[in-house]
Amino acid sequence: MNDVIVENLSKYFGKPPLTALDNISFEVGKGELFGLIGPDGAGKTTLFRILTTLLLPNSGKAIVNGSDIVKDYKAIRKKVGYMPGKFSLYQDLSVEENLHFFATIFDTTIAANYKLIEDIYKHIEPFKKRRAGALSGGMKQKLALCCALIHRPEVLFLDEPTTGVDSVSRKEFWEMLKRLKQEGITILVSTPYMDEANLCERIALIQDGEIMSIDTPQNITATYPYSLFAIKSTNMSQLLTDLRQYDPINSVFSFGEYHHISFKDEKNDTDTTLAYLQNLGHTALECHPISANIEDCFIHQMSTK
Amino acid sequence: MSNTNIVIATKKLTKQFGDFTAVDAITFEVYQGEIFGFLGANGAGKTTAMRMLCGLSKPTSGEATIAGFDIYKETERIKTKIGYMSQKFSLYEDLTIIENINFFGGIYGLPKAALKTRTEQLIHRLGLEAEANKLVGDLPLGWKQKLAFSVAILHEPSIVFLDEPTGGVDPITRRQFWDLIYQAAESGITIFVTTHYMDEAEYCNRVSMMVDGVIAALDTPTNLKKQFNAQTMDEVFHELARGAKRKSD
Repeated sequence: MNDVIVENLSKYFGKPPLTALDNISFEVGKGELFGLIGPDGAGKTTLFRILTTLLLPNSGKAIVNGSDIVKDYKAIRKKVGYMPGKFSLYQDLSVEENLHFFATIFDTTIAANYKLIEDIYKHIEPFKKRRAGALSGGMKQKLALCCALIHRPEVLFLDEPTTGVDSVSRKEFWEMLKRLKQEGITILVSTPYMDEANLCERIALIQDGEIMSIDTPQNITATYPYSLFAIKSTNMSQLLTDLRQYDPINSVFSFGEYHHISFKDEKNDTDTTLAYLQNLGHTALECHPISANIEDCFIHQMSTK
Repeated sequence: MSNTNIVIATKKLTKQFGDFTAVDAITFEVYQGEIFGFLGANGAGKTTAMRMLCGLSKPTSGEATIAGFDIYKETERIKTKIGYMSQKFSLYEDLTIIENINFFGGIYGLPKAALKTRTEQLIHRLGLEAEANKLVGDLPLGWKQKLAFSVAILHEPSIVFLDEPTGGVDPITRRQFWDLIYQAAESGITIFVTTHYMDEAEYCNRVSMMVDGVIAALDTPTNLKKQFNAQTMDEVFHELARGAKRKSD
């Protein structure tokens, strides 16, 4: 049986009701590393709060690790670990005291599950007497992860653990997740960073409370419906403007050093486009076919929704 | 960028907290109308440096002028010449769009008539006519960020400081936000921007990389990639940040 089963889940807030989650269904397998990819406001936090029994849905149902989120909420609370997006540990307690506190409320000890957190905890152990509030962002994140793991949960929910974290520290964090996965823990992680999608086994692209697609990252990128090209010239800002005004173009978006473009008609050849751009005065033009990445797919699905 | 007027000039700018040197003798220049990327790992000293450049924190030593004003003696004049926005601080959620614009316009001392015209232009440019009297708190994040940026440049500052302005924003809005940045830069406003999105580093005219309180590299994205023999700015960043002694963790 799958570890997380979500069926037609909806949640509204306020009056007039704002839809935070709109009839969402998906399942996550035991021991799977599952990513929810979407911007702020997509509904990721609401979904995690419902699955961790902190919030009731308006309709639909969900089973986490064999227990119903409404009827068996007490059972779920013992079995899940939750790291909220906002740092929620006790700022006035030390690193050590926070960890001890969370172990105690789950009726266990640090020693009992130390092996599980050892790899992560050893980074912050030198600062174990420091107040949690005085830690750097990276250290807070590691302590929060340790506290979410100290009772050896079956299912771990990580809400935007890498937001605002630099590219190097983000990579380190994902390495830690891979090791946790080997321990057999089911992991649901949300992120606004599209490049992290490839680090998950399966992902759901979520926007405005709806899941736009759900599959392995490879399958999602393989279903991108257009031939895609990367193009650049010496004046990228002007190139963007000119491509937007060029009729055969279906879509054009900046992707760092290049713009990614697709054509309305698949038969359209890039030579004509390059000649057109050259006429407009662009120099050092370069264009080559590429495969779509997750961000291309996300943008495509957002625009066609 | 034919214009080479210098709007930010620092010389050995340093900030110490006790025996910890957060910013260690940084020297660099930023030109008018330039999009300047200010990158570095968490804890590298970016925020401390930015706070000094905005006149919010007194340097321990070194010199700097911002829009021609001295960073020690003329901080109040600096504040009239700069705009600032971040993901955390932007607008008042409990005020409407119009109220926010009027409030910030008033703070920056815009005359009533000018404020009225600019408010109309701003609302029109962002296509917010129908939402003008709605609370900012009710707007989607993407709109808030675009609005916050427009308000930050309402008083036509020389420089606008953007601290991770696109964090958590959806990929289409993120690109629309950069359209606004390009427009502002073309009108002559200097953009000083930090980001954790490495594709955005490519959109900057020049990028500086801070490591352990010093500027470890500063050049155009093309030259930085050449210098570090890298395919992407992400690789450049990893190459530099890996050598950092001051760990954020």
